[in-house]
Amino acid sequence: MERTEVIILGGGLVGLTLAIALDAHGIASVVIDPADPAKLLEPGFDGRASAVASAPWRMLEAIGVGKLLAGQGCPIEHIEVRDGLSAGALRFDADSVEDPLGYMFENRALRIALYQRAKAAEYLTLLAPAMPVDTVREDDGVRVILADGRTIEGALLVGAEGRKSPTRDSAGIRSARWDYDHVAQIVTVRHSQPHRNVAHEIFYSDGPFALLPMMPGDRSCVVWSVSRDDAPAIRDLPDRAFLAEMQKRSGGILGDLEMVSPRSAYPLDFHHTAKVVEQRLVLIGDAAHGIHPIAGQGVNLGYRDVAALAEVLVEGVRLGLDPGDAQLLARYERWRSLDGLMVAGSTDALVHLFGIPGRPARALRRFGLGAVERLSPLKNFFMTEARGSSGNLPRLLQGMMI
Amino acid sequence: MNASTVPNTNPAPGATTIIPEEAAHFGRLAADWWDPRGSSAMLHKLNPVRLGFLRERIDAHWHCDSAGRHPLSGKRALDVGCGAGLLAEPLARLGASVTGIDAAPENIAVARLHATGQGLAIDYRAGELSESTAGEARYDLVTAMEVIEHVADPAAFVDALAAALAPDGLLILSTPNRTMRSRLAMITIGEGLGKIPKGTHDWHRFVTPEELEGLLEAAGLKVIDRSGISWSPLRDFVLSEDQSLNYLFAAVPASSPN
Repeated sequence: MERTEVIILGGGLVGLTLAIALDAHGIASVVIDPADPAKLLEPGFDGRASAVASAPWRMLEAIGVGKLLAGQGCPIEHIEVRDGLSAGALRFDADSVEDPLGYMFENRALRIALYQRAKAAEYLTLLAPAMPVDTVREDDGVRVILADGRTIEGALLVGAEGRKSPTRDSAGIRSARWDYDHVAQIVTVRHSQPHRNVAHEIFYSDGPFALLPMMPGDRSCVVWSVSRDDAPAIRDLPDRAFLAEMQKRSGGILGDLEMVSPRSAYPLDFHHTAKVVEQRLVLIGDAAHGIHPIAGQGVNLGYRDVAALAEVLVEGVRLGLDPGDAQLLARYERWRSLDGLMVAGSTDALVHLFGIPGRPARALRRFGLGAVERLSPLKNFFMTEARGSSGNLPRLLQGMMI
Repeated sequence: MNASTVPNTNPAPGATTIIPEEAAHFGRLAADWWDPRGSSAMLHKLNPVRLGFLRERIDAHWHCDSAGRHPLSGKRALDVGCGAGLLAEPLARLGASVTGIDAAPENIAVARLHATGQGLAIDYRAGELSESTAGEARYDLVTAMEVIEHVADPAAFVDALAAALAPDGLLILSTPNRTMRSRLAMITIGEGLGKIPKGTHDWHRFVTPEELEGLLEAAGLKVIDRSGISWSPLRDFVLSEDQSLNYLFAAVPASSPN
């Protein structure tokens, strides 16, 4: 029997970051993940990239992960949104070069930095590969039994296993789910013209095509959404034909493209759970809410969960409360539930808006982009209200320790 | 609930603050005490707020790092009217060696069981404050939260608290104010709607901040900090300037330089 404070199921980008944030504040955790880290870190395992927004990036810096990623993130200084290739682009600019809209990282680089930081951690134990076979939540605490017979005891269980979270399902928490009937094709390309730190999103009636700038300046990550019906045909295309199709969709914005990573494909859906806490249980990241990668918000929503949960737990233990205390979890739920739905909902609306084919829809889409901008004060108002319990952003997202 | 006896037995000599019916009332609620949605739900919600005040006073009194987890390490704490341990357990996690006293033996039984489940060593005693701590070393920290409104003789109760407090110790009290607002909120609405168990409070026993300060001064203590607790639908309980509903006092011996 091993005893800890917080047991985190899932050692992905979100679960491991939570453990590191807790460690930085002296809270002990055990992270359990069935996957073998050595396999996860192989170059070909995950060709995806993540856009880490500036606030979560400040958190990574505060908890000692940022310095391990120095020079590896490509700053996104502008975003250009196009409705097909016919019209001009709508351009969003960062406030300044020092404070970009976010940074593009290879998921692999993020993982390597997180493992490295986790190894140096004093209060963090990573059990991977380790398979949980049973979890028990009771009045006094939680227990996780592993396939090798070991039992881990703690005060709080955190489900961070991603969108297929078994912890969520076994807790009987149901999630609302929309399937987009789309599959994202993901690949890294080298291009003949520099990206100049610009992210491009080109909306076609059969799905968006995005070019996200990577380091160094002549590489970008392609996220190309195609309908589920077309997906097998696209998947089976030989590289040459696949490349030619990408070249056409990119409209030559970045010159000639060349593939520099294996191709991978992920089905797109959106899900949201109304409840993110239960007795001695919290769901974070994609286990609680998964969103379309169109706005690159997936991992950021998870990082906002991490920042809020870490703050609630750290402040709680400094009051002498048990980390699984129902009042702490209630505070977390109040803080997060509306934010998750607002971000997920607005991204979802954007996808639906751009998923409609035809000319009238194009006019509507133009109107719609304006509506998104006009809606943002309203959105901000709701966000501020939702955060009423603490009055502002979690401290970690402001780059401060709790 | 500072009593030594269960109802219908002869009070021990010196048990000046006991109200047998009060002890019996809380004894009946004991089993449900740790259920955050049970009959003590209001107390559970109040807990983080009053602990926030307590932590701030602890850090100021003993010059502790507010980011530390064990500011009471090496300190002896006494929680009077501890119920099933809602406050005693956090004090133990903050590093104190804790004694909890309650009038209702049922509460003490539940408290002991719960502390064992949490892996906490707390010295729980059913009985009268002045008797069960007689002849012992005085305590660095004494707490009595939501207790004085339940005792028969508030002056004798405050004297007993003062007697248990070390010369450089810290006393923390919380209690509802006796105002029309508190009557409406805690009895008409709280008990009327079943948010607080019926019969928990007798409004006439509530003590105003002025009265409590008078009792503390008469017992040789001085009030060094105070705060109100108010309630809003969006944010639940919060510390505030408004003491009309419920309030917290921090007090130290009058001779203390703090």
